[in-house]
Amino acid sequence: MQFTSLIISNIEVSPGYWRMRMTAPQDFASAEPGQFVMVRVTGAIDPLLRRPFGIFDVGTYLPAQSGAVAQPYLEMLYRVVGKGTALLSTLHETDLLDLLGPLGKGFDLGTPGEEKLIVGGGVGLAPLYLLAKELVKNSKVRLFAGGRTRDDILCITEFERLGVECYTATEDGSLGECGLVTEALWRRLDQLQGGASVYACGPHGMLNAVAGIAAARGIPCQVSLEGYMACGVGACLGCVAPGHSHSQETPDFRCVCTEGPVFDAGELKWRD
Amino acid sequence: MKPVRIPDMTVTLAGIPLRNPVMTASGTFGYGEEFAGYVDLESIGAMVTKGLSLKPRAGNPTPRIVETPGGMLNAIGLQNVGIEAFVTKKVPYLRGIDTPVIANFFGNTIDEYAEMAMRLDEIPEVAGLEVNISCPNVKHGGIVFGTDPGSAASVVTACRAATRKPLMVKLSPNVTDVVVMAKACEDAGADALSLINTLTGMAIDLVRRRPVLANITGGFSGPAIKPIALRMVWQVAKAVKVPIVGIGGIMNAVDALEFMLAGATAIQVGTASFINPGASQKIAEDMQEWLVEHDIDDVKTLIGALET
Repeated sequence: MQFTSLIISNIEVSPGYWRMRMTAPQDFASAEPGQFVMVRVTGAIDPLLRRPFGIFDVGTYLPAQSGAVAQPYLEMLYRVVGKGTALLSTLHETDLLDLLGPLGKGFDLGTPGEEKLIVGGGVGLAPLYLLAKELVKNSKVRLFAGGRTRDDILCITEFERLGVECYTATEDGSLGECGLVTEALWRRLDQLQGGASVYACGPHGMLNAVAGIAAARGIPCQVSLEGYMACGVGACLGCVAPGHSHSQETPDFRCVCTEGPVFDAGELKWRD
Repeated sequence: MKPVRIPDMTVTLAGIPLRNPVMTASGTFGYGEEFAGYVDLESIGAMVTKGLSLKPRAGNPTPRIVETPGGMLNAIGLQNVGIEAFVTKKVPYLRGIDTPVIANFFGNTIDEYAEMAMRLDEIPEVAGLEVNISCPNVKHGGIVFGTDPGSAASVVTACRAATRKPLMVKLSPNVTDVVVMAKACEDAGADALSLINTLTGMAIDLVRRRPVLANITGGFSGPAIKPIALRMVWQVAKAVKVPIVGIGGIMNAVDALEFMLAGATAIQVGTASFINPGASQKIAEDMQEWLVEHDIDDVKTLIGALET
């Protein structure tokens, strides 16, 4: 659906990373973890295209004044990387935005009771919070959050409040372990008794490594991809990712926006 | 108070009656179904499909899209389901929609173009054909035929012999003189001309010292190209007798009506549908409203009515 949203708050949560809360229609409460929105950051023609953002959280906001009506909201967590996100970070409460969403296919919540391992790199944590919120209802959830520096490790407190056990790793060692978050994931898998499944979102190199680890252990793994997209509804074919059997002769491109952004890792083609 | 007269929005394009002049441009509206939640498909004049070929096509590697000020570059590479899957998977949905469907198609050789025209001719749900001789993003087919008047005429002649349906040719702006191309296609039997396709462009990532698109170059579209498109429509309209479909950066009703003044019988909405999936319907509604406000009772009176 297409709707106009009123910004409730827009806060820099870590240098270069922002969290925006905005009003949402009633139906939005049923958005699946992993789904995304396409946001028009300006009514003018530059930047021209909408920007895709994972849905960080959905909820209901009750204004403080008596008699106020409960207002459904959604939140996005975004990193300022270019013109569009820079513009977004200058917006204030009561500014209006034009949104499409919720779009795409979200995460499958897997078997209740089994351990859930969530892996997020940098702003890749964005769609994983809503996922964790759902998963903790039925399962033990561990989060593996990685980034270059501690500034890239976002909203860990929020995950901890859900009861998620958090492991952090930074490439410069400024927070948690020094190194890649996938090493912590390996160690946890070594200790694992019984079934588990992995959920990941982050840079493609990290997803590639996580998919490889899960495949080596025979554990189900879902990944959420990013893609350059113009439309978000499956028409522009800009955001495609190669499926596992893809070759020039037998084309197998999947639309990230409509067939994803969440895929079973086994559906996609990875580097060895 | 004067009663409001509802203006006549209908136009006829090469024998195809359209409820209004607003069509959707190939490659920006999928196969219609993708937009059903955002557009009343029976509120627009016609739908043009993603470019079809005999065999399914993979398209180009990614990145395929990049935004530039006021526009975007794409190098999709004609990814499409192929004609078989179009007939079995896409046509059944379109059958239930009371809006003409124009099938956009291309081939690697003149024979393939002719075979496609013949296959499309057999599909009752297809009201007309749009020959793509202007895709800038593939080596074979498309632009090879679209930049040489002799080759363009050969493609159109072969397609003309293969179909009795209205045949429209989509022209490339990447030529020295678009009028020469337009006349070659008209003489070869085209019933209508649509223009413009995208302009070849490129974008560079300075820090990585690499082109942004995997294909290096891509087709430039969006509001930034509108002045060029308007100029070409105006030039071609003066030179040919067949109807013209104006395309290029149309974002709103005012843009659309300007193209009609320049000589277009109908228009296609392209990149705007990416930004607002409901853009085509909105433009059709706003055009009608504009006519009411300006006391014009028939949209056809604007076609080529530019005063110079």
